[in-house]
Amino acid sequence: MTMMQPLSVQQAALPDPLVRVQGVTLEYATPQKVVRATHRIDLDVHEGDRFILLGPSGCGKSTLLKAVAGFHAPTEGRILLDGTPVRGPGADRMVVFQEFDQLPPWKTVLGNVMFPLLASGRLPRAEARERARDCIARVGLSGFEDSHPHQLSGGMKQRVAIARALAMKPRVMLMDEPFAALDALTRRKMQDELLELWDLERMTLIFVTHSIEEALVVGNRIALLSPRPGRVRAEMNCHDWTLHSTGGADFQSAARRIHDMLFADLGEAPR
Amino acid sequence: MTLTPPIRAEYERDLPPFRDAPVERDVPLASRIWAQDWLRRLVIVLSLAAIWELAARLQANPLLLPTFGQTARAFVTGMQSGVLPERSWASIQVLLKGYALGAVLAFLLTSLAVSTRFGRDLLSTLTAMFNPLPAIALLPLALLWFGLGQNSLIFVLVHSVLWPLALSIFTGFQGVPGTLRMAGRNYGLRGWRLVVHILIPAALPSILSGLRIAWAFAWRTLIAAELVFGASSGRGGLGWYIYQSRNELYTDQVFAGLVMVILIGLLVENVVFATLERATVRKWGQQA
Repeated sequence: MTMMQPLSVQQAALPDPLVRVQGVTLEYATPQKVVRATHRIDLDVHEGDRFILLGPSGCGKSTLLKAVAGFHAPTEGRILLDGTPVRGPGADRMVVFQEFDQLPPWKTVLGNVMFPLLASGRLPRAEARERARDCIARVGLSGFEDSHPHQLSGGMKQRVAIARALAMKPRVMLMDEPFAALDALTRRKMQDELLELWDLERMTLIFVTHSIEEALVVGNRIALLSPRPGRVRAEMNCHDWTLHSTGGADFQSAARRIHDMLFADLGEAPR
Repeated sequence: MTLTPPIRAEYERDLPPFRDAPVERDVPLASRIWAQDWLRRLVIVLSLAAIWELAARLQANPLLLPTFGQTARAFVTGMQSGVLPERSWASIQVLLKGYALGAVLAFLLTSLAVSTRFGRDLLSTLTAMFNPLPAIALLPLALLWFGLGQNSLIFVLVHSVLWPLALSIFTGFQGVPGTLRMAGRNYGLRGWRLVVHILIPAALPSILSGLRIAWAFAWRTLIAAELVFGASSGRGGLGWYIYQSRNELYTDQVFAGLVMVILIGLLVENVVFATLERATVRKWGQQA
């Protein structure tokens, strides 16, 4: 097992983590079988992290994210947010989903961003509108406030979803392969914009992806999950890399390392 | 032998701004006019009227088939004397009561069905049992229970509205994308608030089509019930008007009554439902 740095040395000085995943086992039931998606996962996410869950498809990374969001209850272990166990979904953990149909089509862009603020009773209408406008501007969608989602492109829809999450000022923003359904050029642009946004807001992100490059670019720390049932194979740092470093030799070697770990676990090593 | 594509010379071009032809041009006037829905429909209606007129003239027996002109005259006379509007209003009043009650019950039943497994079983069992049962077949029972009055009619109307509508609404609810439900729960919406804020708007295309079907069912049931059992509470509706006119061999009035039924149907379909659709599902891009 490769460790990037001696973790034990650092750990003494660490502040309390924001999200604590402690021995979490997740199972889901199909009519025939109960499937174990993840097995005893331990992870700590700190405030301001861009924490990546990376793994092959079917490793339970999305299930784990949904458990943090409160949509699945762990069969074993617990998930703590600010030291309090997570019970059910809540607006302190806003989710940005992969699917474009996450935006209610009957609401305009402005309505979509205001909706959670109003539904959770967080702000009165006038203030909600103001904050929504502000967040829409921050994701670069000013001028589209009155459009309906079906009039927007895929990238714009995901920006609305990000603005919606941002407006709630959640403790942690959970992103479930938010850019996976976008074309390659738009995806790069969105990654860049997300990093710029993070620079300003310093929100805590948990970001699920199956793209090694996206993980290295977007994250500051990566948890690599093994194939089903998902277990933590490695945690590594990647705060040094941005979109501009993708060509560099050390970036390539990091990507290579992750690639080898992923495919060694799959029992095949292509190329 | 392996096939190798030939290597060709590369080239680059400087593209000047495109001015050779207009980038947009207007659709020809005739196509634009023919693109109007109401015009095409009007043409259909007028052709049908022409065929009717022709057939009636060839048949030349106004007792069996009055001409379009005769029917139109009977219709105008009926409207002027106030008989037709009065009878229609009597029918519509009963209809609206039954329709509204049926719709409310359908919403309650389906809301229960999406929130609990027992509710789901209840809904599917009840609809499987009662949906195939013709409302008219229940009328004798209804008369026994509620007497010769509006209540019997309302009972059969509720029966004719409730099951098909509940089925449509439930299908709509089940078709709501899982992501959208999760997004709603993410905001902290649960129970009836999730139904009102997420499920109903998201399922609106199905709900509207269910409301439409239910409206047609209710109309048919009502007219049939009036035809079979005649006047309720002293003043009859449109069905009774048709029945009476037939007994007195005023065939043109029978046709005028039928035309009234059709007109009200067209009005509700093209004004009420079309407007609802334009203001909602079309605007939201849920339906083309």
